[in-house]
Amino acid sequence: MSDITSQSLTSLVKNIKEKKLSSEDVTKAFVIRSEKSNELNSYISEDFSNALNKAIKFDEKPNLDLKLPGIPMAVKDLFCTKNTRTTAGSKILEYFVPTYESTVTQNLWDEGAILLGKLNCDEFAMGSSNETSFYGNVQNPVDKGLVPGGSSGGSAAAVSGQLTPITIGTDTGGSIRQPASFTGTVGLKPTYGSCSRYGIVAFASSLDQAGPMAQNVEDCALLLEVISSYDIKDSTSIDFKRNQYSKELTKNIKGKKIGIPKEYRVDGMPKEIEELWQKGIDYAKDCGAEIVDISLPHTSYALPTYYIVAPAEASSNLARYDGVKYGFRARGENLIDMYEKTRSEGFGAEVQRRIMIGTYVLSSGYYDAYYLKAQKVRKLIKNDFDEAYKKVDAILTPSTPSSAFKIGEKKGDPVSMYLNDIFTVPVNLAGLPAISIPAGHDVAGYPLGLQIIGKAFKEQEILNFAYAMEDKINFKRKIKDWWIK
Amino acid sequence: MSIDLKTIKHISRLSRISVDELKAEKLASDLNSIFDFIEKLNELNTDKVEPLTSVAETTLKLRTDEVKSNNIREQIIKNSPEDNKDFFVVPKVVE
Repeated sequence: MSDITSQSLTSLVKNIKEKKLSSEDVTKAFVIRSEKSNELNSYISEDFSNALNKAIKFDEKPNLDLKLPGIPMAVKDLFCTKNTRTTAGSKILEYFVPTYESTVTQNLWDEGAILLGKLNCDEFAMGSSNETSFYGNVQNPVDKGLVPGGSSGGSAAAVSGQLTPITIGTDTGGSIRQPASFTGTVGLKPTYGSCSRYGIVAFASSLDQAGPMAQNVEDCALLLEVISSYDIKDSTSIDFKRNQYSKELTKNIKGKKIGIPKEYRVDGMPKEIEELWQKGIDYAKDCGAEIVDISLPHTSYALPTYYIVAPAEASSNLARYDGVKYGFRARGENLIDMYEKTRSEGFGAEVQRRIMIGTYVLSSGYYDAYYLKAQKVRKLIKNDFDEAYKKVDAILTPSTPSSAFKIGEKKGDPVSMYLNDIFTVPVNLAGLPAISIPAGHDVAGYPLGLQIIGKAFKEQEILNFAYAMEDKINFKRKIKDWWIK
Repeated sequence: MSIDLKTIKHISRLSRISVDELKAEKLASDLNSIFDFIEKLNELNTDKVEPLTSVAETTLKLRTDEVKSNNIREQIIKNSPEDNKDFFVVPKVVE
């Protein structure tokens, strides 16, 4: 039997079901590898001994009908886990222990999964490099000194470095797809309303979605099947018929129409991204898909719109961190002084910046000029997709405008950092599903990803497309275990 | 547009985040470059466009308001920073 930690989720599930492996074998293997991987700084909190106990307990009376039977996994530290510390990458929640479980993680445990620990992320999911985390930056397993992307950077690094077979992240503007692209893994952002937001530390409520991250498309489909559910506890959860994504997965995409949006050919895009995209178009043709040129005319307005809408919602969501009910409190001379010092010391620079942008665009005299304006442009961006989807079934673009960059390279310049999300942000604004799959390497050998955007609720369609493309691309992750101690 | 130090102080007050002079200057410079970038939206005429408030085109569902979690007061209070018993303790508000 091949090394346990290099197996896909699908293969682990099969081996457990056929009793070739026990949950304890699998859990132990991932715990040992995780313990040797401190240099990646993927974990904020480890829960290894509990995980081993749960695995032993599972093996005593294994329920092999479950979808994730005794499968160990770590999750982004943005999901509230009952009685396990949840920090959102922030100092302000350093000692926060939730009294309830997020719906998405509950769905995992109900299907037999076992929590390994909580994974590092940008503070309150605000960042594209995992450098804004209070718990330190994460190393990309691809190469030392390279960011894993963000905000689900710890999650992407943990899957890529095989510290966990699968994980879940959250995506507000690209936070699953961009790190998946940077680490050579697969990440899917579902349609808004597909996965419950209940129990996820809120960033921008009209954009946030949880989603699966995995080594391949098949694993991603199985994980989505488990986490996607209608939930009465989330008022924006949508009651639609969800597919059996892994069972209905097919490589047959013959005759499907794939749109290529000309506006994604941005100024200064590296030649290798251009070439990757062209390669993707050729693969799609090989799979029997029909290529259609389309236009999404308001693409260049998506990032400015996002940087009004997301901070505005964040400033409101983060108002609850006032030093009264959760973890960190700074001393103050009076109540207001306590609030101001708590938030000044408890939040990092990027979070403070975004709260202040959000407060400004919502403040008296500026609301119409900024927030209302952004909501109107958001409508135009959504209309662009609605028009395009009259002609095509899915849209193919690069996931990111570049491969992973060096730690520290973009830290001082917020706007240059924001430009990373240029291809992913429009999808969140329109509430659509999209998947990033690894599709090649740049000259340095760093992975590059392609993004497939679908119609609302058509996750099955983009998974099928990705599944067919994955077969043609035949991507090989070049990871050398340089961090293993 | 330019955001000056006075505006930064005003926003910081509204945000309940204290800033000293050094931080205010850094924030002014960051926010100015971000707002320069945001100004691009003014190229578009949106007079006749309806604002999009939610992509989920469903009406909110009503449900019965029921108590589902009982006797968790102690657990919840435990997350607060002061050593509280029955209430959240804050600095003195009324003289």
